Amino acid sequence: MNTLKTIKNTHMLRRALNNGIVNQARCFSASRVNKIDVTVRDALNKALDEELEKDPKVFLIGEEVGDYQGAYKITKGMIQKYGKARVIDTPITEMGFSGLAVGAALLGLRPVCEFMTFNFAMQGIDHIVNSSAKARYMSGGQLQSPIVFRGPNGAAAGVSAQHSQCFGAWYSSVPGLKVLSPFNSTDARGLLKAAIRDNNPVVFLENEVMYGQSFNVPDEEWNNADFVLPIGKAKVEREGKDVTIVTFSRPVGIALEAAKKLEAEGISVEVINLRTLRPIDIGTIVNSVKKTNRLITMEEGWPQSGVGAEITAQVMESEAFDYLDAPVTRIHGADVPVAYASNLEALSMPQLDVVVDTVKKVVYRKK
Amino acid sequence: MLSRVKCIRPLTSAKRFYSKSELLTTPKYPGAVNAKFTKDLVFHNAVPNEPVFPIFHIMDLQGKIINQSSYKSVRETLDDDTLVKMYKTMIQLETMDTILYNAQRQGRVSFYMTNYGEEAVQIGSAAALTETDEIFAQYREAGVLMYRGFTLEEFMNQCFSTSKDYGKGRQMPVHYGSKSLRVQTISSPLATQIPQASGAGYAIRLSDRKDVAICYFGEGAASEGDFHSALNFAAVLKSQVIFLCRNNGYAISTPTSDQYKGDGIVARGLGYGIHSIRVDGNDPFAVYMAVREARKMSTEKHVPVLIEAMTYRGGHHSTSDDASRYRTTNELTYWREQMNPIFRLKKFLTNEKLWNEENENQVRDDTRKKVLSLLTSVEKAEKTHLDELVTDVYDQVPETLKEQKKFVDAMAKKYPEAYSEGH
Repeated sequence: MNTLKTIKNTHMLRRALNNGIVNQARCFSASRVNKIDVTVRDALNKALDEELEKDPKVFLIGEEVGDYQGAYKITKGMIQKYGKARVIDTPITEMGFSGLAVGAALLGLRPVCEFMTFNFAMQGIDHIVNSSAKARYMSGGQLQSPIVFRGPNGAAAGVSAQHSQCFGAWYSSVPGLKVLSPFNSTDARGLLKAAIRDNNPVVFLENEVMYGQSFNVPDEEWNNADFVLPIGKAKVEREGKDVTIVTFSRPVGIALEAAKKLEAEGISVEVINLRTLRPIDIGTIVNSVKKTNRLITMEEGWPQSGVGAEITAQVMESEAFDYLDAPVTRIHGADVPVAYASNLEALSMPQLDVVVDTVKKVVYRKK
Repeated sequence: MLSRVKCIRPLTSAKRFYSKSELLTTPKYPGAVNAKFTKDLVFHNAVPNEPVFPIFHIMDLQGKIINQSSYKSVRETLDDDTLVKMYKTMIQLETMDTILYNAQRQGRVSFYMTNYGEEAVQIGSAAALTETDEIFAQYREAGVLMYRGFTLEEFMNQCFSTSKDYGKGRQMPVHYGSKSLRVQTISSPLATQIPQASGAGYAIRLSDRKDVAICYFGEGAASEGDFHSALNFAAVLKSQVIFLCRNNGYAISTPTSDQYKGDGIVARGLGYGIHSIRVDGNDPFAVYMAVREARKMSTEKHVPVLIEAMTYRGGHHSTSDDASRYRTTNELTYWREQMNPIFRLKKFLTNEKLWNEENENQVRDDTRKKVLSLLTSVEKAEKTHLDELVTDVYDQVPETLKEQKKFVDAMAKKYPEAYSEGH
């Protein structure tokens, strides 16, 4: 089969199919579709590189982003290429450099502000919310804050409570902010570029564990310096007809794995990757619920006032309510600060087994 | 119709606070009541006459005493046995660090941070404290705990999250804490312990205790906003607190030249009205004396004190860092060999006939054996029990958590491989 030759191996093809990136049927008749394997890290790096190149007002700021090449190597190569004036290593003060980013943005620059983890961003959250998010509104439109606040969010592995919190719910509740959270490499690059080009403050929630994961990216997407993804549009990563799982970031991967497993048991799961937490693409969710009639939300964060709670409320308020055959079920992190010990941590996070079991319950299937 | 307006007494006859002659030299603005007028337009960016703070020392780089009067004063409260205990603790710490660092490299523990090069700061200061002083630390102060009595078992149970860990498996390795030793559990976000220490020092003063709170932090953490609020408050509230900054030259890869432009951390104390001193952090006598005197000043005059201990970070920031990417081998070798605080004290003790090679080998050997044997046992030991997942979120376990625990117990029962202890 020609298609198989152009893609390196069947394993990649299967993953690409599962990720919904390649439709095999179309490929048979098309000319070669070249793809490359790209890590989320490289995708983010390329996005930064392209946007720094395109707009001289864009600059990077944060701890260890320059000479150290980034605490997680996301900014690798940037200081060599763009110099100290555009890649700024700061002293240790989130309050300081997030405030600094706001000041620079007020005078027309476009900072990309990196937090070593969003857990540490709490030491500067006043600037994100009070100085940046509210600036345009409170100034009657005179002030602007085109800043991207980015960094790893949510659980990693064995880093305990103060490095594992998911801030999706908190930031997505703030009017004035846009909140994005990529899953794969295409998301990472397309959404980060969109975030940098957006004139509003954007909170960009990455995930440390995803940085090293590789995904297939089509050549023409990778080579297009203007490739951006729309903010506020969710993606149906996998189509299904029995139940919908809505989630974002790393859990998308777990949902897709669960969907594959459940397919073997005759349950067809639709997986929606939110991509944007604010504004939430409720339209895509509603359309999906109208088709499957059952909805599960999934997140790493805590249950109370979480992203799942918001989706549940919005679905109830929409026409999808009349299409539900079962109450909306939420999968979420345990209502405890995340422990370090691996056995406790495993119990605190939504695992594959939990997703599979929950789907079966929702479709009234006996275990 | 105009009603008659009563005459208001003119302001010129308002009472004067100060005499006319006083006001010629000092305008007595409330914000700086003692400031005098000057005709010179000078912008200062350092303390006039002493633009760089000097470093207090007692022992030279070769381990010889060159400050006899201070040394005498130190030895009044520091006897031979204590001195030997201090040195033993330093080499035990170095030995434990080496083995646990390697254990991380071998994948036996997920994370570790060493204390290389800063043994004298930690142990020199710990020796000058009393049992009832309260300790707030950052993460590179294991020597303080060790000196105070935290055992090798306790260190390793924490690092490996066994069922004996006081933290019940909740914290990353090296995030130690001990209620009995009055060491507040380490918290990851930087500098948060500094205003907490100011508060503790305030509580100590209000309780009429003759103790201090001591707060350790690095020069990088001193850039955080919390540092500034903490020092200002400590001065205003008259907290009995000693701020001890370990200026070790690096914050991960950020050198001090990128961290600040002033004269280190000591100069900042002046801005807040705090008594401040800079000491040789690799000279345990100097560190000891500074902390001892700071304690005295703080408990007697009810004021905070700032000590900047100059030292050098001999290892990587943590096991997630590779310092060779931003430091040359020459630089590292120089500091670990020629400027090592352990060697300095060893030379001194050897000259005083308080120590010899045999003692050295024995202590290092014993510690190594003990740590290695503990390593094997903690790896196999029972991990924190799964019931601890929902305890301590609040003082009582709420109903919602009890329900969630039931759900999670069912999952663990159904898929034991995924949730087994020690997984």
